[in-house]
Amino acid sequence: MSAVRFANVSKAYGDVQVVRDVSFEIPQGTLVTLLGPSGCGKTTTLRVLAGLELPTSGQVFIAGRDVTRLPAHERDVAMVFQSYALFPHLRVLENVRYGLDVLGDEKATEKARAALSSVGLEGLEQRWPNELSGGQQQRVALARALVLEPKVLLFDEPLSNLDARLRRRMREEIRELQQRLKLTAVYVTHDQDEALSISDSIIVMDKGVVVQQGGPRELYEAPATRFVADFMGESNVLEGRVEGGVLRVGASSFPTTHRDGVVQVAVRPHAISLERDGDGISGVVRRATYLGDHLEYTVDTELGPLFVVAPVTSQPFTPGDAVTMRLSPEAGGVVVLAR
Amino acid sequence: MPRSRRTPLRWLFVWLSVGAAGLALVPWYAVEDGFFSLEWRFGFPLAAEGAPALVQALLHGKAWLGPLVLPLVAAACVASRPRTDTLRSRVLVAAGVTGLVYGAAQGFVIGPLGESARQLGMGWGALLFHASLVLVVAEGLSTWAFSRPDPFVAGALLSVVALVAVFVVYPLAVISTRAFETETGGTSALVLVANLASARLWRVTFNTVLLGALAALGSTLLGLTLALAVARSRLRFARAFRFLSVLPIITPPFVIGMALIVAFGRAGAVTNLLGLAGSRYIYGLPGVLLAQLLAFSPVAFLILVDALHGVSPSMEEAAQTLRAPPWRTFRTVTLPLLRPALANAFLVGFVESLADFGNPLVLGGSGFDVLATDTYFAVAGAQADIPRAAAMALVLLVLTLGAFVAQQRFVGRASYTTVTGKGDAGLPLALPRGLDAVTSTVATGWTVFTLAVYALVLTGGFVKALGRDHTPTLEHFAVLFGPGGGGWSSLFTTVVLSLVAAPLTAAFALLTAWLLARQTFKGKKVFELATLLAFAVPGTVVGISYLLAFNLPPFDLVGTGVVLVLSFVFRNMPVGIRSGLAALSQLDPSLDEASLTLGASSSTTVRKVVLPLLKPTVVIALVYGFVRAMTAVSAVIFLVSAEANLSTTYILSQVESGQYGRAIAYSSVLILLMLLAVSLVQVAFGARQIGRRALV
Repeated sequence: MSAVRFANVSKAYGDVQVVRDVSFEIPQGTLVTLLGPSGCGKTTTLRVLAGLELPTSGQVFIAGRDVTRLPAHERDVAMVFQSYALFPHLRVLENVRYGLDVLGDEKATEKARAALSSVGLEGLEQRWPNELSGGQQQRVALARALVLEPKVLLFDEPLSNLDARLRRRMREEIRELQQRLKLTAVYVTHDQDEALSISDSIIVMDKGVVVQQGGPRELYEAPATRFVADFMGESNVLEGRVEGGVLRVGASSFPTTHRDGVVQVAVRPHAISLERDGDGISGVVRRATYLGDHLEYTVDTELGPLFVVAPVTSQPFTPGDAVTMRLSPEAGGVVVLAR
Repeated sequence: MPRSRRTPLRWLFVWLSVGAAGLALVPWYAVEDGFFSLEWRFGFPLAAEGAPALVQALLHGKAWLGPLVLPLVAAACVASRPRTDTLRSRVLVAAGVTGLVYGAAQGFVIGPLGESARQLGMGWGALLFHASLVLVVAEGLSTWAFSRPDPFVAGALLSVVALVAVFVVYPLAVISTRAFETETGGTSALVLVANLASARLWRVTFNTVLLGALAALGSTLLGLTLALAVARSRLRFARAFRFLSVLPIITPPFVIGMALIVAFGRAGAVTNLLGLAGSRYIYGLPGVLLAQLLAFSPVAFLILVDALHGVSPSMEEAAQTLRAPPWRTFRTVTLPLLRPALANAFLVGFVESLADFGNPLVLGGSGFDVLATDTYFAVAGAQADIPRAAAMALVLLVLTLGAFVAQQRFVGRASYTTVTGKGDAGLPLALPRGLDAVTSTVATGWTVFTLAVYALVLTGGFVKALGRDHTPTLEHFAVLFGPGGGGWSSLFTTVVLSLVAAPLTAAFALLTAWLLARQTFKGKKVFELATLLAFAVPGTVVGISYLLAFNLPPFDLVGTGVVLVLSFVFRNMPVGIRSGLAALSQLDPSLDEASLTLGASSSTTVRKVVLPLLKPTVVIALVYGFVRAMTAVSAVIFLVSAEANLSTTYILSQVESGQYGRAIAYSSVLILLMLLAVSLVQVAFGARQIGRRALV
């Protein structure tokens, strides 16, 4: 039995359809990410799961039980908010104890202390929330949700208020905790790096519908649509032709299982290698940017401008250089898009 | 650990029991000696007076009360089905609505004058019964029509809607119908047309609008001057002007008018000094205007000084680095940024002036009537003319609503607040030299004048007759508050009713604000509009509409303390709603949501998260509710009776009989009392604020 199941869930505000006919299942003990640009309906989907919004149609199941019409406080979920939502009038320990107090748990204080120490915050129990750093506040919010041992733990862009370095550390900690405690978690983010690094499975959403669901590798290496290809890291979309199991793009050809015909092909920037002279697509470098560990080029070609990522070499190209390009057949570098 | 839950209390059964008690255990009709009397216990439950509805139906010929039991039975039949059952929801809603409609119908159809089937005022039983039905409907709707299936939210919302419908919308509807009433009791549009066309109404309306426009203009200019002096001038002690802003809150508005009479009246102190004894120069427009300027300019000051502090210094510094000299910066940057606040100050002044009853009453003299006073005399005068009063009340309502619509149209939510909280370092512009001199002088002069007026009020009670005979005496206080003094009963009533009204006002206002800010539901726009409407209804209109709506069964309340409390609550709650909305907009909604996802119900969330965080607002709403009730005049003048008289109306009656000494003595007691209350609250809650952390 899956921990969470959405069956044809839609949500509309008046005439505006925010979520359309969304269905998915989340297996017990996995972390699933809802990924998409802002306004794609991912947060609304999470809030419907939490019980903070009621779907216009469809059903929501948690651990096999239909909870569609159950209010938030009667669902066995807990949520970590983007703003952390720590109660400013309660101390750290009181914040973590809050849910247990509502339940009337007699061991509230002990459990809360244990939860705080599991996120590495011993000794800060009597602080006020605003006396903590952003990372510490984040941990308190996590402890407050964890302490209830919910069937499903929900994260609404929990790291977006942290700086880049801290964000990486926190996401590793969240993943570690989730795996250690075998929690089922749903994680909303718009950051594909975060989604790739933390998830067992990713659900990509766009304009209120689920575009694709799959493991991180699957999504990156076999995006179903141009949107997913674009969203899961930069890509150049070119036109290609399939003939008898061979895909031709520019001068390069690759084996494929796709049907014959004209197709759209997503080419990752690092799957293009630049040469001074050779055969392949020819073009002229328009812009070159040095980024420390790699170089980024924009190259004008007859197929349109292409975005290329190349390793740093002793003789980088400069704007105006004439180049030829070959597509390397590494995994996920060149992908035929389904639509 | 699976999340264990305490079994939730089945509130529906509680509501149904309350409803049943309302029918079977408590007197259905109002009993003779008021809501809180227990006289009815003699002879209960069989005597006709004080019998519950079921007994009335069986023994006292009120058979039409019998069917009231049916909706409760219907609801009870489905009550124990699961909450997600649609049939249960539908039956609850249908039963509740039918019961409410039938209850209202029997109340209005069976008139108060019938021989055998005579309607009486509703009492505790009717109240409990109808309240329980509202909550039954809410329970049914909660799983149906709301974005979150939450019985607390649905119950709170429907209760608020029902109360607003009965105590705001219904009285206004009654006024509108009474404006068409002919002398014989029929209905004709001609009545309203004739009243609207009368020369007298036009003259009075002209007076009202002229006074309103002048008072608004004057108080805005004075408010701006004071604000500039406090926020920007080089005048050192200017900050002390801020305390002026407390005065209008704790002063019944007409007290200023009274002080002006004592100083500038025919036998006033200043009049005598100037050798003008017997002159009536203060009466009419000049006096009323002066009194209103004194009363309203502090309000304009508050609005404008906040706006001035909201102008980011970097705006003015930017202008100066773009080569604009101070005067030009002030004219092209500072002043335009204040435009929405200036418009707001003007409109508040206009609306307050229209609503003011006391000052035109004491200072208007015979020649200067305004709508508020003329409406009162049309009701209370020798030839009571209800349709004319209703017509004038409608004109007053339309004028005020017009002002509000104009405000929404032209100012709306536009805010030029440019301070962002992102460390706006920088120095605000110092005023240009000339402007600095002018504002400092005017502000100082006005402040001194205001203080002099208040000094007059505070000391005038200690002399025999201010202006004529300055022999010190305690005679006025002795007459009022000595043994057997006439002031005690009204003072006691006022304080008690205000203490009852304040928590009700605060609770009702904050609950409404929370619903508006945090819940989504069908018809929210209309609901928001209705609360805004309540904000725009002038006190005079509230007073006359309550008088017309609640003096006959089924609402037989006029003359009791209950109607006064109701008028306080519904007159003052819009301001509470506004401050609640403002405070809630500062609070991250995910705090509520966090509490909900942590397993707390909406009611627990309100109790444990929202209220503690709103504590300062709660305190302000309580103080405001109390003080406004203590100083109310325009609405309550229609509603007081010999048994339930209030301080303000008592003082007014003293003024009308020429007893200025007593009136001033009583006023000073009232002002000191409220000053004491406000400072006590400041001390009690101000200190606790310091111990609290700033909000995250």
